[in-house]
Amino acid sequence: MKFDTPATTNPIDQLKIIGKSTDRIDGPHKTSGLATYAYEHHDVAPSPVYGFVIGAAIAKGRITSMDTSKALAAPGVLAIVTAANAGKLGKGRFNTAKLLGGPEIEHYHQAIAVVVAETFEQARAAASLVKVDYARAQGRFDLAQAKPGATRPKDSADAVVGDFATAFAAAPVQLDETYVTPDQSHAMMEPHASIAIWNGDKLTLWTSNQMIAWSVGDVAQTLGIPKANVRLVSPFIGGGFGGKLFVRADAILAALGARAARRPVKLALTRPLIFNNTTHRPATIQRIRLGATKEGKLTAIGHGTWSGDLEGGGPEDAVQQTRLLYAGANRLMTTRLAVLDLPEGNAMRAPGEAPGLMALEVAMDELAEKLGIDPVALRILNDTQVDPEKPERPFSQRQLIQCLRTGADRFGWAKRRAPAQTRDGRWLVGVGVAAAFRNNLTMTSAARVRLDKDGVVTVETDMTDIGTGSYTIIAQTAAEMMGVPLSQVSVKLGDSSFPVSSGSGGQWGGNSSTAGVYAACVKLREAVAQKLGFDPSLAKFADSQVSAGGRSLPLAQAAGKAGLTAEDKMEYGDLAKTHQQSTFGAHFVEVGVDAATGEIRVRRMLAVCAAGRILNPKSARSQVIGAMTMGVGGALMEELVVDKRLGFFVNHDLAGYEVPVHADIPHQEVIFLDETDPMSSPMKAKGVGELGICGVAAAVANAVHNATGVRVRHYPVTLDKLLDRLPRVA
Amino acid sequence: MKAFTYERVRSPAEAAAAARKPGAKFIAGGTNLLDLMKLQIETPRHLIDVNGLALDKIDKTPDGGLRIGALVRNTDLAADKRVRRDYAVLSRALLAGASGQLRNKATTAGNLLQRTRCPYFYDTNMPCNKRMPGAGCSAIGGFTRSHAVLGTSEACIATHPSDMAVAMRALGAEVETVKPDGAVRTIPIADFHRLPGATPHLETALAPGELITAVTLPKPIGGVHIYQKVRDRASYAFALVSVAAIVQRDGSGRVAVGGVAHKPWRVEAAEAQLRRGAKPTADLLLSGAKTTPDNAYKLTLVERTLGAVLAQARA
Repeated sequence: MKFDTPATTNPIDQLKIIGKSTDRIDGPHKTSGLATYAYEHHDVAPSPVYGFVIGAAIAKGRITSMDTSKALAAPGVLAIVTAANAGKLGKGRFNTAKLLGGPEIEHYHQAIAVVVAETFEQARAAASLVKVDYARAQGRFDLAQAKPGATRPKDSADAVVGDFATAFAAAPVQLDETYVTPDQSHAMMEPHASIAIWNGDKLTLWTSNQMIAWSVGDVAQTLGIPKANVRLVSPFIGGGFGGKLFVRADAILAALGARAARRPVKLALTRPLIFNNTTHRPATIQRIRLGATKEGKLTAIGHGTWSGDLEGGGPEDAVQQTRLLYAGANRLMTTRLAVLDLPEGNAMRAPGEAPGLMALEVAMDELAEKLGIDPVALRILNDTQVDPEKPERPFSQRQLIQCLRTGADRFGWAKRRAPAQTRDGRWLVGVGVAAAFRNNLTMTSAARVRLDKDGVVTVETDMTDIGTGSYTIIAQTAAEMMGVPLSQVSVKLGDSSFPVSSGSGGQWGGNSSTAGVYAACVKLREAVAQKLGFDPSLAKFADSQVSAGGRSLPLAQAAGKAGLTAEDKMEYGDLAKTHQQSTFGAHFVEVGVDAATGEIRVRRMLAVCAAGRILNPKSARSQVIGAMTMGVGGALMEELVVDKRLGFFVNHDLAGYEVPVHADIPHQEVIFLDETDPMSSPMKAKGVGELGICGVAAAVANAVHNATGVRVRHYPVTLDKLLDRLPRVA
Repeated sequence: MKAFTYERVRSPAEAAAAARKPGAKFIAGGTNLLDLMKLQIETPRHLIDVNGLALDKIDKTPDGGLRIGALVRNTDLAADKRVRRDYAVLSRALLAGASGQLRNKATTAGNLLQRTRCPYFYDTNMPCNKRMPGAGCSAIGGFTRSHAVLGTSEACIATHPSDMAVAMRALGAEVETVKPDGAVRTIPIADFHRLPGATPHLETALAPGELITAVTLPKPIGGVHIYQKVRDRASYAFALVSVAAIVQRDGSGRVAVGGVAHKPWRVEAAEAQLRRGAKPTADLLLSGAKTTPDNAYKLTLVERTLGAVLAQARA
């Protein structure tokens, strides 16, 4: 099915099941331990052997010698695979550095060997017996130092509208500031893990992966085997946040280890390895220049961003939101990329927008202060209903103003006082606001639906559920379409033998994967109607019955003994070209800053989101509060600290890389505005999982400024950056 | 983890005898040691499980203090009525540390023996004089936001991570031990932890095989007991800086500081300044400090936190 004209009324609009707060259908499996994660498929590999990955001890250079003899002689050891004996390996389309390095070392903790042994402990102990000598090479590890040499990435044109330089110079009110966001780690709960089993030349990987079809391709390409010989199974995923969009060392080394040992291999990356071995959100340096009239109308918007990556890698495109968020006749957006020899940078929850808004929305707060205009009012004043670069292109839906107004009202924004004016005992109290913005992407997605003789509808698609609630919204979609209760739907996900879905990433999964299920269900409805002798255009599907013209038959009857199966995919036409599809929100945050120590604690949070139809308010809220929590982490504590001498992320465990704990997170409120977006798909839905993080950190930083009068432009906002500018301790 | 042998012992004498075995190490709660063994930072060849020693009681001492068995769990110590009433700074320090699960397992003696959380110590690819004497210190010149500012050396700038020990230092606790030859001795807490000097791998005054049997607290001294721990995250994080204070009605008192040195930091001469306020006290307390651009904030932070603590004590 092709979606190329705006959606009209369809069975989803009945909203009998869609749009209702629904418990996760996989919840009981998760709470009872029956949901099998990558490391837990004991049924397929009852007696696996274990792989332990050795990471490079240097950031850049060469292995001059590697002696595995002692390790090979250690108890239980079955095989050791290194670049020297792995055979020729390719590199995945989505990988920048090799997943098995050597003799060239591209980054710290790049995998250089996997030790396979009968037990995990034996593999780990033997790994320590592998003796490696290196020749270190000079590396580039400091973004600030590499910035002057940064270049324009080949597929990233500067966005130029009007004459920025002249307009900025002429603007009566100007802001020109530089902001720094650090490298961040996904720090998902479940580590990257895989079980690999070879059957002849066919490989099956039980793994933890967000994008099954991409990853089948990359496994095949890396191992040099046909795609048809690779099966990936990933039914449950303990968090991904973009860190599992791609094939990583766990999968490839499990496969190589299993081939060498001729046994099923189970392998998880250890926590200390994950930070430097896998991908991360790259640090940025961002310069923002805003020119405005005295009344607060933006006349010039300039945003330049610099980030670094390994040779051949990509930029963190932190100007994306600035191109679309505010009106302004003269615009200049530039993205530059430096070469760094740090671990590989890549997508993390709202890549581009999350760090971009960390800067832009602080800049807007600073401009509001300069203008003496309320920060909410300034944003409303500069709203645009069209793409500022292509005014003929309207937004499909854009309720930013409504988000801001609703939020301001609900939060009590009007009570906000000037900076450093509010005290509650030991706490300096402040409030902050930021706009949230994240583009909505639509991806081709397919599904297969089967109706059986008992009237049970089974959906199969390689879509993944990374904790987001995919199982449930897919079941809701099938139930709504086929007119059956939720309990009559069975959903099977995350298996490459199923039709190729959108996968989970870029907050496209919710809308795209359910649209694919919608397409398959439309086909199944037609087949059912035909079978039962109804006119498909008139047949009503409700209460497990199909009816038309006063006649009604049980849905199950159409299935017969053999069952009835339909498969289809949803593809997208040009609506995204004619209309800009984005999601919007507003974050309001209250913080307390300890007047003596400068410790920052969030006291209250509110998000108002306008993101199309909310398919399941319960799991959508869960997505948003999780994203708000992650935003607090980004604001106040998360930073992969670069050792600029040695070229690695120093704080590579969860004691050193702090993410919020329960005590850090106060009451969180989420409001979804009523919205349907007929341009997005027949579901009329968009994504929320990434919108929720966008702008949060800036709202926190703005609240810290309102509490203390101190402006911090270098994330995370930690007490050491405030201390010298806090009032004297009484 | 390296292969090791394991035994349970039933008496201090048995423990002492077992401790003569090469590469032997005691294990109680294991909350730190097991992590370090997995990373091969600790590689004992023999583990002596001392959990069976009956050292889990808190008793009154003849002079009105408390004798805390080495195996008393952090949770139980923090919850003890006498501790809460007479040594509240200790209870508060304990509850500021780790998590409920860890405190249920961690022991009094083990808490004193925690090793540093320096990230370079934890990464076995990095030179570290604690792990490999003479290898050099990779923290110096690197990321040092959490590192020591007092009592550091060219060989090491690590901090001691314990909260409990900081309160113990303010309280003037003493550590009771037994050596493998059966000799017992009492070590004042001030002398228990060492400064790194040229031998940062030697962290305490304990001799090889010496077992902690108890920690004693002197008679209660009254006063207002405060433990203020400063950290980026509200819970489950090590202190950037912490202040343990016992302040009397007349403004005199005691102060020990955590997160600034290889041991809990207390300068008795500085305490004489307490009635004059945080600044003169901090000036003396922090004299001789050596900072890096990453950790210089700790000096300001100690003074400001002390100021808040004194204000709280007055209130």
